[in-house]
Amino acid sequence: MSTENSIATHAQNQWCPGCGNFGILTAMKSVLTELSNEGFPLENFVIVTGIGQHAKMADYLNVNSFYSIHGRTFPVATAIKLANPELNVICFAGDGDAYAEGLDHLIFSAKRNLDITAIIHDNRVYGLTTGQYTPTSPLGFKGKSTPTGSKEYPMNPLGIMLASGASFAARGYPGKMDHFKTLIKDAIKHKGFSFVEVLQVCVTYNNNYNFYNKNIYNIENNDPQSFEQALQIIRSWDYSDNPEMKIPIGLFYKKDMPRFDQTFANFESRESDRDTKLREMLEKFV
Amino acid sequence: MASDLSILIGGAAGDGINEAGLIVGRLFSQLGYFVYMYYDYPSLIRGGHNFVILRASDRKIAVHRDKVDAILALNQDTINFHRDRLKDNTIIIYDPKKAKFEEGMQPSLGLPITDIIKEEAGLPIMQNICIIGGLCKAISIDWIVLERVLRKHIPKMLDQNLKIARRGYDSAKRYSDITKLDQPTLPALTGNQAIGMGLIKAGLKAYIAYPMTPSSSLLDFMARSAEDFGLKVIHPESEIAVMLMSLGFAYSGVKSAVGTSGGGFCLMTEGLSLAGQAELPVVVMLGQRTGPSTGLPTYTAQGDLHFILNAGQGEFSRFIVAPGDAEEAYYWSSVALNMAWKYQIPAFILSDKTVSEGLYSFDLSSAGDLIDEKPALWNGEGKYKRYMFAETGVSPLLVPPVKNQVIKVNSYSHDEYGLTSEDPKMTTDMAKKRLLKGTQLAKALEGYDTVKEYGQSNISLLCWGSNKGVCIEAAEKFGLKVIQVLVLSPFSEKKFEKAMKGVDRTICVECNATGQLARLLRQNGHNPDNQILKFDGRPFSLDDLEIELKEVIT
Repeated sequence: MSTENSIATHAQNQWCPGCGNFGILTAMKSVLTELSNEGFPLENFVIVTGIGQHAKMADYLNVNSFYSIHGRTFPVATAIKLANPELNVICFAGDGDAYAEGLDHLIFSAKRNLDITAIIHDNRVYGLTTGQYTPTSPLGFKGKSTPTGSKEYPMNPLGIMLASGASFAARGYPGKMDHFKTLIKDAIKHKGFSFVEVLQVCVTYNNNYNFYNKNIYNIENNDPQSFEQALQIIRSWDYSDNPEMKIPIGLFYKKDMPRFDQTFANFESRESDRDTKLREMLEKFV
Repeated sequence: MASDLSILIGGAAGDGINEAGLIVGRLFSQLGYFVYMYYDYPSLIRGGHNFVILRASDRKIAVHRDKVDAILALNQDTINFHRDRLKDNTIIIYDPKKAKFEEGMQPSLGLPITDIIKEEAGLPIMQNICIIGGLCKAISIDWIVLERVLRKHIPKMLDQNLKIARRGYDSAKRYSDITKLDQPTLPALTGNQAIGMGLIKAGLKAYIAYPMTPSSSLLDFMARSAEDFGLKVIHPESEIAVMLMSLGFAYSGVKSAVGTSGGGFCLMTEGLSLAGQAELPVVVMLGQRTGPSTGLPTYTAQGDLHFILNAGQGEFSRFIVAPGDAEEAYYWSSVALNMAWKYQIPAFILSDKTVSEGLYSFDLSSAGDLIDEKPALWNGEGKYKRYMFAETGVSPLLVPPVKNQVIKVNSYSHDEYGLTSEDPKMTTDMAKKRLLKGTQLAKALEGYDTVKEYGQSNISLLCWGSNKGVCIEAAEKFGLKVIQVLVLSPFSEKKFEKAMKGVDRTICVECNATGQLARLLRQNGHNPDNQILKFDGRPFSLDDLEIELKEVIT
């Protein structure tokens, strides 16, 4: 059953031709197929999406899904994981979604180190609302809300994730498909909060293909256990459009740390003696 | 002594005033009384003026009175601020080292509390136990009753507490004799505790909340009950996360509830609308307090009815119940959770500071028998459709993981499978489906006591929520009828009209400035003749309403 075909729904794809989301969708279909062959039952996957072009993943992938609202993937995913720790919960969120509207949830997810995976479609522009700057757009970005250029420096989400306690931090580029698929697979398998920032390209409002193809390089021989090294790599690109700056991709940080879903008090549910216990409780109020 | 008496205990925040009130409440319960306690405190941690009025009666009560029979003053403010509550024979008990009471008509009793605490090397907080010892002697509550209550409820440093209570008892004088009643000892609990127990009774498995008065004590209750009842209790980063986590639990088949007040609920409204669209059950306990905005954080109001009736963009059905005492809080919280799951809709337990933090005698046997309401579950045939069209509008539930089945919920307009659809016919059909669930809910509620009547008269008071108790007592005095609208959505026109038979004049009693129940009634074709409104953050005392009624009626 678990072929790539059965992973597609009957929904018609509505992304622009050349959209960077296609690469993420292709990678996901392939990763889910591979994982289901490796003993991760397909029905155990639940994907949670926000609102934006990224979110159509929920319509296109024929797996359990919760198509949530803008910025609100992580609280939903947290509850689903706590409800049933056997589930593999994957959040797809955009940069507006995860870094603007829902930044607090992202930080708290990293802080809790819950065993869920975050895949951020960072195209550094609002696509669905037709072209405004986002938290990772470069200084001077001319969008519809900033016609004279953005006055804000971009934030570095990977730096924020490292500081917040994420136990897996990586950056991927679907233009390097095999590398990207491996990253996602590792992220899903990692026990803890896995953060994968995807440099996804919006062909219509922020076409960075040439810039990325020229400047992206795959980091090698780094020690993902080293916080300091990870920070150094993450800081080596500041999300500017400086053509001289190189953009590292790869697994920057990975560490085993206590997880919220492990440490969360999972009290045994005792249906049978509920009424007795309620009566005992009432006695305490006498 | 009369079989209806009130004790005021006052001091600074941090003096353990609420705890002292609870102990006195337990004492009267032991003697067969029904109790009710009003707790008044400002929004601060130390200092200020806190007081409780504990009323005990031979009948069921849910309101305090202005005049009191005893004042236990842990500071001078307590004497100064409550002079207008004195009767000729009010007993004033105080510590001469902390307060002065100029000799008047009233019997006053200076207890050397500070000295006793010092001699017994007690903690300053134990002054409340000492003064309760004095009260017991003054109104002839046997030492053994006090000892029993302290042993059960103050297990920490028990010996010292007993010693200090005994010294207080021995240092006092006897002024009056309390009548022991031949009635069973009832437990006394706050509205929030009753709500918590009702939710657990109906199968609650998770509770999520961000602290906010007057809902915080429910979070406290749930966290303490987590182990006994297998609850997942979470306090996340914001009310936005609270609401979304609840929806994540709903998707996973875990019955959960959230608790907040108006300000926190503002943040929940986008998630509430998602619950409406995605047809996810959620229960919201909303304890109203005085707004707008921060308002009076620790005081009461009934100002959010129309906010709750209309919260969230778009149109979807919701269940709203406003319990008026502990039994209703318990019973209807169960019903709220059941209805949320049966119809996959948001359900509200609309409380306020008065109900949530007030203390009530609780009689489980009079709370009512719960009707078994089961959610619709998938029968396992064919391909699962999360939003399958059904006669009742309710699509059967399925929870992941299920082999070869895909379960999709969606905040967008969607088709039966849960895939996004912008098709106009599908949009219309799904909107009708969501509203049909409201119609079905209204039908199911015909089997419930959603509009209650008390007494007979051609003049009726109309009330909701915490004003139930005060209206019933005041109406008895004036020979009036009371109609209590318990379920505010869906509004039962049929039941309301039945209650209105023989009534030709109505007086709406509410704790808000605009008459929100009156507005709801006008929307349903009834125009109340008079309104008695109070919006100073304080609930009506029985005397408040009696004075107002006198003016309105004559």
